[in-house]
Amino acid sequence: MRQDAAAPPKPKVALFVTCLVDLFRPSVGFAAARLLEHAGCSVEVPSYQTCCGQPAYNSGDRQTAAAIASQVIELFAPYDYVVAPSGSCAGMLRSHYPVLFADGTPERAAADGFASKCHELVSFLVRVMKLESTSGYCDQPVTYHDSCSGLRELGIKDEPRRLLRQIPGLVLNEMQESQVCCGFGGTFCVKYPAISNSMVEQKIANVEKTGASLLLAGDLGCLMNMAGKLSRKGSKIEVRHVAEVLSGDLSHAPIAGEPRS
Amino acid sequence: MMDPRANAFKENAAKALANETLQSALSIAKPRFVDKRHKAKERLPEFDSLRDVARDIKNHTLAHLDLYLEAYEAKVKAQGGHVHWAATAEEGRRIILDLCRRFGARTVTKGKSMISEEIDLNEALERAGIAPVETDLGEYIVQLRGERPSHIIAPAVHLTKTEIESDFRRVHAHLPKARNLSEITAIVGEAREVLREKYAQADVGITGANYLVAETGTSIIVTNEGNGDLTQILPRAHIVLASIEKLVPTLEDVSTILRVLARSATGQEFSAYTTLSTGPRRKDDPDGPSEYHVVMLDNGRSRMLGTEFQDMLRCIRCGACMNHCPVYLSVGGHAYGWVYPGPMGAVLTPSLIGIEQSALLPNASTFCGRCEEVCPMRIPLPKMMRHWREREFSRHLAPATQRYGLKLWAFFATRPLLYRWASTIAHRALRLMAAGQGRMAFLPLAGAWTKHRDFPAPERKTFQEMWKEKRK
Repeated sequence: MRQDAAAPPKPKVALFVTCLVDLFRPSVGFAAARLLEHAGCSVEVPSYQTCCGQPAYNSGDRQTAAAIASQVIELFAPYDYVVAPSGSCAGMLRSHYPVLFADGTPERAAADGFASKCHELVSFLVRVMKLESTSGYCDQPVTYHDSCSGLRELGIKDEPRRLLRQIPGLVLNEMQESQVCCGFGGTFCVKYPAISNSMVEQKIANVEKTGASLLLAGDLGCLMNMAGKLSRKGSKIEVRHVAEVLSGDLSHAPIAGEPRS
Repeated sequence: MMDPRANAFKENAAKALANETLQSALSIAKPRFVDKRHKAKERLPEFDSLRDVARDIKNHTLAHLDLYLEAYEAKVKAQGGHVHWAATAEEGRRIILDLCRRFGARTVTKGKSMISEEIDLNEALERAGIAPVETDLGEYIVQLRGERPSHIIAPAVHLTKTEIESDFRRVHAHLPKARNLSEITAIVGEAREVLREKYAQADVGITGANYLVAETGTSIIVTNEGNGDLTQILPRAHIVLASIEKLVPTLEDVSTILRVLARSATGQEFSAYTTLSTGPRRKDDPDGPSEYHVVMLDNGRSRMLGTEFQDMLRCIRCGACMNHCPVYLSVGGHAYGWVYPGPMGAVLTPSLIGIEQSALLPNASTFCGRCEEVCPMRIPLPKMMRHWREREFSRHLAPATQRYGLKLWAFFATRPLLYRWASTIAHRALRLMAAGQGRMAFLPLAGAWTKHRDFPAPERKTFQEMWKEKRK
């Protein structure tokens, strides 16, 4: 029997929603799902996902981190890919899960296999799905903050910019020090609030200098931190996850700032 | 050892953030540090592959450290020098004091050495009635002020020209009051003038070492002012104070590592002076010390071998990690409360003085990874800070609120059904507190966040709830 050569099966992608998107900003999750479907994936959302385990891992609680990792690896086993709208969570799944298990153990082998199918959203669209454009919409000057884990653990720098630049009307004004941490750092921002504040102030100063009216990034943690600061300062600059702009749905209020129309 | 104040990191940091002079000094230094290194790296296409080679050289050395230490000692002795082994800071001080007394020293000139800071050498010398004179300009300035270096290669980076000018006027009271010190060159010139006399008076010169070469028994210092040369050549005795991990097998190896050192540190291709000393003055040498002693300090380093912290011993003290660290650049080096600041300090300090004395340091990082990105020796600094957090966690050293908060979160995160339930409750509570507003200026239990920023109100429902509704 001959197979239909015209329609290869759609890759089965599980959305790793992330705790922050689940709790605060579902529109980012929907934007991610829409982008994945646009790129030709079939998207599912396992409902019993919790967290990637980073709070435990970065607080030195390796045992809890490993327990969560095992749980995640099992839950997401049936899928071809696991995609997160976050460089930080994807970095955890991809770069850190394997080291939680001893070399040569079956758990390690499973974590290695799992890691190789985990991706951050935008890099997955560009690198794996070879997406060159989206149905994004934006007609205002934007600036883009490189969140640290995406940039330095996963090497994501060009991918979001490439997709943003193909959006008609979008002007990308690069900020100075776009690669410097915004001061979020997970629990860092509450353990060292004064230092975190100094860092986010410097970040916001660089954002303001660009003249952009919309600040984008790929991680909700950084976005909430920067948005919180802009909002406290009474700034009009809007803050959104890059997936919202790429997917072309800006109908939800931004994380901070007044939508223009 | 210098009384560590690393446990006061938060208080130190608060003071640092409020210190306008410091903030202005750091904001001047920051772009220079970053741009210079970046440009130097861009000019050398093989920079990153040289980092690999440099890392491998040090890894090899550390794997055979015992053999190389013995080979080095034998070479030094064969050339008429002496090697003294100091297991602790206390032993290091005693050995140097004994040597200084033996040479009848009253004045000692010093090249820049962080090991000297580590063992509190200046205080020990002063107590023994011997005057230590720092000859590196930055070190000289912090010595005048009774301070410690705030950076491992730029000791006075926390100061601006204005402070330095007023210190010089205060201390160099014998010079004409009307002199112009508004330019950096005038400050440098004055320091040179004052120090010139000291070089001639000194009975002993003490330097650190950037490298010790096993193959030749040579110690190497890298400077930009030439002060190290005068310190080690003019006095009767030269004491090299170095820690055991400064060892490198061959001169060839040193030349490889030197290619990444200055580029990473100051963005120079090469520092102005790279000075090799091999034993005391020989019969036909035009100058040099008649006594050559090397004090090899361990002070906790051999304990790091074979542990998850061994990679830290590759560090060549270039300072690139702190030059690129947003935390260091916000609070400066003194906040770290001991000798070594920034990311390398956050890993090394707990190794040397214990995690109980310094648990806040490896926590003072967002794990942004910039330090590892620029480290010429590819030291995985964030990974090692995380290892320290693991030690801290397993010994229950973290504050109780943090530990219980984490436990509570872990309870739910490992129970998916309960987690779903709890996150829905949390979502509703946040919605209630936001009371229809887009943002919250105050949030119970999140004061550390809302003190400085607003908290965004969550959307209508959790993603999981909405996804279910949509897909029904």
